[in-house]
Amino acid sequence: MTKFVDLTLSGISTGAVYAAVALALVLIWRATRIVNFAQGAMLMITTFIASAVIRKTGSYVLGFFVALCAGLLIGAVIERVLIRPIEGGPPLNAVIVTLGLYTLLVAVAGMIWSNTPRSFPAAFSLRGYRVGSTTLLFTPNDTFIVGVVIALALVLALLFRATPLGLQMRAAAFAPEAARLLGVRVGRMLTLGWALAAVAGALAGVLVAPSTFLGPNTFDPILISAFVAAVLGGLDSPPGAVVGGLVLGLALSYVSGYEGSALEPMAALVILMLVLLVRPGGLFSASRERQV
Amino acid sequence: MKLLLRLTLIRALAIVLATGGLLFLITEVLSDYRNSQIATGAYYFAALAGLTVLAGLSGRISLGHGALMAVGAYTALLLMGRENWALAPALAAGAAAAAVVGLPLSVATTRLEGPYLAGATLAFAVGLPALGDRFPGLFGGENGLTANPPTPPSWLGSGFSLFRWEAWTACLSALIVLFVLYNLVHSGLGRSLRAARDDRVAASLCGLRVGRLQTTAFVVSAACAGLGGGLLGAVVQQLATPSAFGIQLSLFLLAGVVIGGLGSLWGAIWGAALLVLLPNWSNDLAGSLSLSTNVKNNLPLAVYGAVLIGAMLVWPSGIQGGVRAAGSRAARGLRRFWDTRPQT
Repeated sequence: MTKFVDLTLSGISTGAVYAAVALALVLIWRATRIVNFAQGAMLMITTFIASAVIRKTGSYVLGFFVALCAGLLIGAVIERVLIRPIEGGPPLNAVIVTLGLYTLLVAVAGMIWSNTPRSFPAAFSLRGYRVGSTTLLFTPNDTFIVGVVIALALVLALLFRATPLGLQMRAAAFAPEAARLLGVRVGRMLTLGWALAAVAGALAGVLVAPSTFLGPNTFDPILISAFVAAVLGGLDSPPGAVVGGLVLGLALSYVSGYEGSALEPMAALVILMLVLLVRPGGLFSASRERQV
Repeated sequence: MKLLLRLTLIRALAIVLATGGLLFLITEVLSDYRNSQIATGAYYFAALAGLTVLAGLSGRISLGHGALMAVGAYTALLLMGRENWALAPALAAGAAAAAVVGLPLSVATTRLEGPYLAGATLAFAVGLPALGDRFPGLFGGENGLTANPPTPPSWLGSGFSLFRWEAWTACLSALIVLFVLYNLVHSGLGRSLRAARDDRVAASLCGLRVGRLQTTAFVVSAACAGLGGGLLGAVVQQLATPSAFGIQLSLFLLAGVVIGGLGSLWGAIWGAALLVLLPNWSNDLAGSLSLSTNVKNNLPLAVYGAVLIGAMLVWPSGIQGGVRAAGSRAARGLRRFWDTRPQT
């Protein structure tokens, strides 16, 4: 029983991180119809920047916010410089560009910060809560992770549902022509979408780095899980990304707890297949009208 | 003669024989090192050709072909190591096994499109190699399976280069793939697939069973990947490990196909050449410059990434598309030159 509780708690915590990265993927997919394979590398860079700032100044808070600002900047620059020229082209080209970007960023990080993973400070204690005589597998830092991801989801939901800016962004994503006619600066909205996604990613990077360590390749498995989570939920749906992230985090936690971590990737495949067999557009897909 | 060449079968044979003869002459003059590069290129070609035909004919993509290569490699090595099969039937069995694994994958993904298809096949690429770690008794765990290097037959003489023999074996298999796929592309099946790709509804109205067609295309391309994997495992590296068939390989294949030129067998040749030569060149480049270790170790990766991005920005339809455009420009220029020539 304790094991089950432990696995559930740690599943929620990893699931929250998957959810944040999946949110980043969904934001970019909604804005530009591109699956951003470079997301993992982008959040790796921002986390390295945070690490450098924390080492220099000793302030976690400063590093945290520098990472977010760096994410904002990196996301906007990448959209403007690399993605804009290939927008509207064959979809696979965009995939290759983001793959190339991933490779390039990993290499650059290796050049600057070396390939050996380093530790990253946690915001709060990494000692589990104690209930009676047992120590739970859930730490104050995990509470922080889950809290921050919930806050992120709420802020994004508010932004998209309740502000004129969010309305413009949704319009730019779903009907670019009509939005442009109505005076929405569509290009700017797409850039903003990428920037916001990069911020969400940067957040996830800083949150997860204490447990994964920080190296050029340490976030690759997280990106893959987040992609699976985003597809699970339906790439068009931010709530779907959060639910998908949590479901996947919990499921993988149980599988690796009871059956061994080697089966984790296989379990992710099986879950994804089962969901997509029933709903080919993910859990939260809207029914689509067919064009004749 | 012209009439004969109009027959697809004859044309495919002619192409294959000409390419084979050319490769025979090339392997004659090249060094052992270059010959092993040719063998590497040949197995990449087998996998890329299958993938490009799948993408070009049926409009579907797969990020899972690296895992299908693993199926081919492990099957071939298991049969050769445990059952003492000869190389050729083991390779064929590897291709068949990949087709068998590809069938349920294809059936399961037949309703998926775009990123959902990519996600499902990506999960497959990540999930399958993990089985190697899960069943170490059968698949050898992290260390994988090994094979003895293929021995050149005795009638070639005792001093015959092993690498040249490897190149021959790999190229022969690649030529078989070329022959089969060339025929497929130009067959009724190929036409039906293109029809289904361009308009699914209209094709079904004409009585084509779209799902079944696309499954066929997927299975054929899975078999090609399996053969490529078998070549990689049993001939070129004589080794198959889970890490060799990770997600990286699948993404390499995708990059090779798109940069070569999606949907064209020529593009697969460009892609294979790129996948072989690019790491080589960037390693040489990194070695020739005097840099700090961190920079030197990561330079090849950086070059690779920059080439992927640059190629897509410069040639949106791949190298083959760029070549074709340049060719038609040149032809137009020539024609104009011809037309404006003073008539005598």
